[in-house]
Amino acid sequence: MKSLLLTGGRVIDPANRFDAVADVLVTDGKIAAVGPGLAGKPPAGAEVLDVSGKVVCAGLIDAHVHLREPGQTAKETIASGTAAAARGGFTSVVCMPNTSPAIDNPGTVALIHDIALEQGAVNVFITGAITKGIAGEELAPIGSLRKAGVVAITDDGHCVQNNELMRRAMEYAHMFDLPVLDHCQDYSLVTEGVMHEGRWSTMLGLRGWPAAGEEMMVARNILLAETTGARVHCQHLSSAGSVQLLRAARQRGVPITGEACPHHFTLTDAAVAGSDKFWAADGKGVFGFDAGGELPSWPAYDTNFKMNPPVRSARDREAILEAVADGTLEIIGSDHAPHCSYEKEVEFDYAPFGITGLETELALALMQLVHSGRMSLPDLVARFTIGPARLLRLPKGTLSVGADADITVFDPNREWTYDCSAGASKSRNSPFHGWRLKGKAVATIVGGRKVWSETAA
Amino acid sequence: MKSSSRKNSHEWEAERLEPPPVPDLSGPWRGTGRFSFSPPTPPLPAMSWNRKHLLDIESLTADEILTVLDTARAFKAVGERAIKKVPALRGKTVVNLFIEPSTRTRISFQLSEQRLSADIINFTAEASSLKKGETLKDTARNLEALNADFIVIRHSASGAPHFLARVLNASIINAGDGAHEHPTQALLDTFTIREKKGRIAGLNITILGDVLYSRVARSDLWALTKLGAKVTFCGPSTLVPREFEQMGARVTHDVEEAIRDADIINLLRIQHERQRKTMFPSLGEYTSLFGLNKDRLARTKPDALIMHPGPINRGVEIDSEIADCPRSVILEQVTNGLAVRMAVLFLVNGGKGPQEISA
Repeated sequence: MKSLLLTGGRVIDPANRFDAVADVLVTDGKIAAVGPGLAGKPPAGAEVLDVSGKVVCAGLIDAHVHLREPGQTAKETIASGTAAAARGGFTSVVCMPNTSPAIDNPGTVALIHDIALEQGAVNVFITGAITKGIAGEELAPIGSLRKAGVVAITDDGHCVQNNELMRRAMEYAHMFDLPVLDHCQDYSLVTEGVMHEGRWSTMLGLRGWPAAGEEMMVARNILLAETTGARVHCQHLSSAGSVQLLRAARQRGVPITGEACPHHFTLTDAAVAGSDKFWAADGKGVFGFDAGGELPSWPAYDTNFKMNPPVRSARDREAILEAVADGTLEIIGSDHAPHCSYEKEVEFDYAPFGITGLETELALALMQLVHSGRMSLPDLVARFTIGPARLLRLPKGTLSVGADADITVFDPNREWTYDCSAGASKSRNSPFHGWRLKGKAVATIVGGRKVWSETAA
Repeated sequence: MKSSSRKNSHEWEAERLEPPPVPDLSGPWRGTGRFSFSPPTPPLPAMSWNRKHLLDIESLTADEILTVLDTARAFKAVGERAIKKVPALRGKTVVNLFIEPSTRTRISFQLSEQRLSADIINFTAEASSLKKGETLKDTARNLEALNADFIVIRHSASGAPHFLARVLNASIINAGDGAHEHPTQALLDTFTIREKKGRIAGLNITILGDVLYSRVARSDLWALTKLGAKVTFCGPSTLVPREFEQMGARVTHDVEEAIRDADIINLLRIQHERQRKTMFPSLGEYTSLFGLNKDRLARTKPDALIMHPGPINRGVEIDSEIADCPRSVILEQVTNGLAVRMAVLFLVNGGKGPQEISA
């Protein structure tokens, strides 16, 4: 019998509405007890971790990551991506199916499952494709994917343009109670857009990616969720209009959820014009950077600020923050999208979309949402735990006695500077390199096993 | 120092180190004797240029723009001499890296470089390893390994010159990047306007046409507004979005109103090769709504000048005969382009300003 005792931390377990200073006892990979006074009588041979002053919460789940394996292992592997997750405080990740080959068949699901068991630092949940080859033309074998263990279907990175096909996918997936996740992008509106369409794209001469290109598909998904009754989830929402549509739909009971990414609620399109423009125009909206001091600096046309959907206006950023705070957006995901440096070191138009995020996600969320006073710490923890666990029906995200002992210990007030070259990800494409952040994971425990801790690193 | 008296070396040294007397230039000037000291007209202000690159106009100050214009004026005088070549860039290597096809800008740069005595490498995308999948960074680093001092880059991707400036040590000159900027075109436009009108401040300048995809429009806007002109963008609403107002332009879709009070009408080419069929119905409709024809020209100020960065589409944005009329300065723009590009190369090579060029 192997035991671990975490003593003196502030234990936050939104699933049980628990928020108090307490001890957590883990035995044989399960939560054995949560409560005060356990510290006085540790079981024989238990490892005791003093976590006073820290937050101890149900292990965080990132519902949106790209692990790139199989097929794109120069960017990331299941081993390196899950190591990055562990460093970022995540005990579970949900990986997207746009690998090579795509996760559109049970064999690929099994392969990832096996590699994750063997090499993964944290739990890996797998999504399958909606359509074969993520080509948007015919349905993938959704039933077989379900049997193989996928937790949802999505063509993430792409968006099913054919509305009838999307409707049938929802109807079909509903049969298995499998949620349908969508990357909302209307191709005919977005065309060759590479950044948010607005003042800055006009100035920089870059093709605009209009907010309406996302909102069009959010509206489509709301209508189809209503039509089919399927559970539909809009991934990485970036615009004020999307949030408004979603809020209204949820109020009338449509089974639809949405997700926010840290870059969308931290950055704006001004960042593509370089740090000087960003700090002057929209820097006020970033927590902790208004009190003077040296500001992070980057050039114009930095491809680490190119992601899909793009970072948008200050008004959109504000709307996303509001929506996370009021629960319209129940889930925070990183859209961790690693790319090799040589792929990003090209002209802005030619660079692939996407940035890494697992190692900066918790800090940015704490800064923008909790330290800024928008929401409580337990509410934020809920966005990383019961939010994704409910949508994807994961047996995770709680410290209930008997649950898997997935636990994140973090210091919400720790100040540190992010160095993209010091992380565990194989890639370095982060816009937050050199940023002074506040809030950091200090230990990540998966199934009772400490997979990462600051002292061991 | 008396030449007849012999001094010991120590005394001689002390005398030699004494600075030459500074002539008193205050007070009235008299043109007497062998040397006529009439003040230069107009006086050259003290100027300086400290930039290694010319990436865009947006980041330049009004003083820096004026430094280029005044330096170009000196080079224009050089271009009117029998021997048009100067040694300013002798021993320096310039690469003309034209990833996007170009004729007039490429030729203008080449001749400017030749007139400055530089060694030149001409590089086009069609005949290069870029076609074999080499990245721009690798291509450029190979050129730099040949000790290129300057890279003049034309590229269809906005920001490509900024990217090169980050990854190379050479000086980068933007010869047009996507729909972003075309700094030397704006400088030659501004030069031409100043030469013709004697000033920039207070002028009404209308830029008419495909503004959305135009790097010239953006660079012109920055240059002209920094020097105090009022700039109006006009064209179909699909090609002239309101966002330009946030850059300081006035936006209108009424061509009659846009050109009525204009001192300068700068026409942009309709770039049909860049456009999908969704931006306006047809070239014919464009011409009828926005083309500059005799009727419209008759309702402009009599001294309004017509400019065009070229290549012109006769019969589309401009009536053929207007392109050749006396109010058109289109070919003078081309001539001035040489002087402006010489000035830019001279300045990024460490030249400080026109005071260093002997006319």
